Amino acid sequence: MHPIIKLVAQRLALGLLLLFAASILIFAGTSILPGDVAQQILGQSATPEALENLRRELGLNEPAVSRYFSWLGGVMQGDLGTALTNGRDIAESLGTRLSNTLFLAFWAAVIAVPLAITLGLLAVRYKDRWPDKVISAVTLTTISIPEFMIGYVLIFFLSIQLPQLINGMEFLSDGARNWMLSNLRFSSVALMNDSMTLIEKIKSITLPIMVLTLVVLAHMMRMTRAAILNVMQSAYIETAELKGLGMLKIIRKHAFPNAIAPIVNVVMINLAYLVVGVVVVEVVFAYPGMGQYLVDHVAKRDIPVVQACGLIFAAVYIGLNLVADIVSILANPRLRHPK
Amino acid sequence: MTDVLLKVRGLKIGATIFPPGEKSRDIEIVHGVDFDLAPGKVLGLIGESGAGKSTIGLASMAYGRGGVEITGGTVEVNGRDVLSSGMRDVRRLRGAEVTYVSQSAAASFNPAKQIMEQVTEAAIFQNKFSKKEAEDRAVELFRKLGLPDPENIGSRYPHQVSGGQLQRCMTALALCPQPDLVVFDEPTTALDVTTQIDVLAAIKEAIRDTGVAALYITHDLAVVAQVSDHIMVLQQGATVEYGTTDQIINAPKEDYTKALVSVRSIDHEEKQPTDNPVLRVENVTARYKGTDFDVLKNINVELHPGQTLAVVGESGSGKSTLARVITGLLPPSNGTITFDGRTLTPDLPTRPLDDLRELQMIYQMADTAMNPRQTVGTIIGRPLEFYFGLKGAEKQKRIQELLDEIELGEGFQDRYPAELSGGQKQRVCIARALAAKPKLIICDEVTSALDPLVADGILKLLLNLQKIEDVAYLFITHDLATVRAIADSIAVMFQGEVVRYGPKSQVLAPPFDDYTDLLLSSVPEMKLGWLEDVIANRKMESAGN
Repeated sequence: MHPIIKLVAQRLALGLLLLFAASILIFAGTSILPGDVAQQILGQSATPEALENLRRELGLNEPAVSRYFSWLGGVMQGDLGTALTNGRDIAESLGTRLSNTLFLAFWAAVIAVPLAITLGLLAVRYKDRWPDKVISAVTLTTISIPEFMIGYVLIFFLSIQLPQLINGMEFLSDGARNWMLSNLRFSSVALMNDSMTLIEKIKSITLPIMVLTLVVLAHMMRMTRAAILNVMQSAYIETAELKGLGMLKIIRKHAFPNAIAPIVNVVMINLAYLVVGVVVVEVVFAYPGMGQYLVDHVAKRDIPVVQACGLIFAAVYIGLNLVADIVSILANPRLRHPK
Repeated sequence: MTDVLLKVRGLKIGATIFPPGEKSRDIEIVHGVDFDLAPGKVLGLIGESGAGKSTIGLASMAYGRGGVEITGGTVEVNGRDVLSSGMRDVRRLRGAEVTYVSQSAAASFNPAKQIMEQVTEAAIFQNKFSKKEAEDRAVELFRKLGLPDPENIGSRYPHQVSGGQLQRCMTALALCPQPDLVVFDEPTTALDVTTQIDVLAAIKEAIRDTGVAALYITHDLAVVAQVSDHIMVLQQGATVEYGTTDQIINAPKEDYTKALVSVRSIDHEEKQPTDNPVLRVENVTARYKGTDFDVLKNINVELHPGQTLAVVGESGSGKSTLARVITGLLPPSNGTITFDGRTLTPDLPTRPLDDLRELQMIYQMADTAMNPRQTVGTIIGRPLEFYFGLKGAEKQKRIQELLDEIELGEGFQDRYPAELSGGQKQRVCIARALAAKPKLIICDEVTSALDPLVADGILKLLLNLQKIEDVAYLFITHDLATVRAIADSIAVMFQGEVVRYGPKSQVLAPPFDDYTDLLLSSVPEMKLGWLEDVIANRKMESAGN
């Protein structure tokens, strides 16, 4: 068998094992959460009999192990259970939320990943000169500011100040001003519904995309820079220089292919963050994604929802890192082309 | 075409160094070098490490490696001064008019790209040839350089071909754009002797057939004598002597050149074996964990007190593995090792302290074998404490004795390894081994990383110490000249087996087995036409078979 197939199969098996372990942790973690769902649903004035009845109905009296396996069995068949608080099917409500979160993460990634890698390449090209320093300073600043802060600052300037500024531009004709007002409109609330067109949707999430991009940019850019600088020490870079190749061409053709593995790793970690870590941004922009859904139901002690969200986040995280692992394996010419 | 291809006048090269604990300062490493090179001629640049040979070679491409900078003089290629040209013109020169072959092709090829793409890259990028033309040229060069399967070898990745093959690919890379000048920077130094001779012959033939001029940089005078028309001897960044190859080899004028030509002045008379060998290796077979082949196959050798057994072989022959088995780092799967009359336990942790003490080791890279943050005194003092419990004045006295033995003065005690030269570092390692009062020292390629004259000094020291301390050496080396200089008995290893073993006088005398013959005849000799003779002999033999 080709060694790559073996390695990839190993990684896949490991990923599944990890996911299984994560499911146990999630279940155990949510089981020891303080508070009683029955109490939460029925309120403080409920009688002990009513509470007992509800607990039996919800299966809360069963031993933890059997509850775990019946939950896992359901999950395997795509049944995430029903929400305790409103009795709705979790899989259904989660579906739209997840697709919204993925939509936001996707567009943030489409902008952030190429931007970060390009900036990383430029930083290497102009190492220790002003473009490198400016790129480093700006990205480090944005990663150091809490993301809700970036969110509110962007809302303040782009949603509130910008329209006033445009209105104040008396030297422009009314038509131009109106055109600018309608096209440079940054909504502070990221609405999302099925009747919107793709363009409308993207426009609606412009600000969250910007926030997320600023947050993940620095990490990816700095890792790209470090990985490529590391490769630039190699003797084969000297060979390329002595062929008369230009610096950018050397970086692109000779250094980058050998720096793919570390770059892909950091990109995947950031993509995972875009999906898993968007809770704060979704709250700031009232975006109907997974993060908000999770936060709402943690507050209500709705354990099945929390478990389902946790499991999906774990799957996304493990899945993306698995992709990073596999790409790293494929990027290694020694593994791809054995002797 | 001008009659001078490369004209170098008053070339000065400087570098900024950063000594530990001191301010950085600028030093000059090449102090005004002049030479001319006519089209189609080969000039050998020779000297020891630090002589500035590579730096001068790269200066012809207006390139300074690391922090190196060209500070003065002129370098003209085809009548144009390359040092005063802008970056654009320099880039048009590199890879088109002047190309470069480095010492380590394995490091100089991009691991992520196919060989063909890298070999043709400069020719295509510099608009010398179309992709098709360049690839045809590359295949032609692969064939000329004697590479197997020249049609398809280009589609392989660098890790898929051997070191010697990759070095030839590097030569093809340099010749593909049809340059006027190729800078060969120690192109065969990293290769085994039997591989070196083939690569050397291939390079020489390629130079002759393409009519390209070359700067051939090496520390090995015998090698450069085979390929160059003229030789320039360099020492510490200055020219010592310049002349035709014939004159430099056969009638050197300067003392330094004479010393280079006549290294290996050691004469060592073979000692007779005794009744009680200090080391006896019997039927030893070993393999590394997780592999399914034996790296050592049924090894039987003996070493007598106060004598030297040289283990000779090329990389991968198992000679260092033998050292690992004897020291207990790799327990053998079969066989026994008797040391000073007692059987050694197979693995290191179970050996008593005295076994550890009496069996010491010296390594190839003295640099990495010493803790850079310890002084010479601490390094030598450690075994004195560990094995003999020496302290205070007693320890100091012994350290001083050892320093005297290795011919280093008092001042060295407080120095750090970084403040020593390569030869001095190796001497400290020898003193550390001697401090344990061993009966046997395993020397693993201890002179391979050193310049010939320095290596000579180390060998003399080792022989001298052997007389005084009556210590036996198991001397692992790939260098047959070293073997001649110091061995009493010799074991020739090939693919994990001892193919020839006995007293030096017998091993080095005909009739030879095939491998020993190949090995001995591959060692470059310092005479003109040696390469042609050997190749012609081999062709005749293979025709005879």
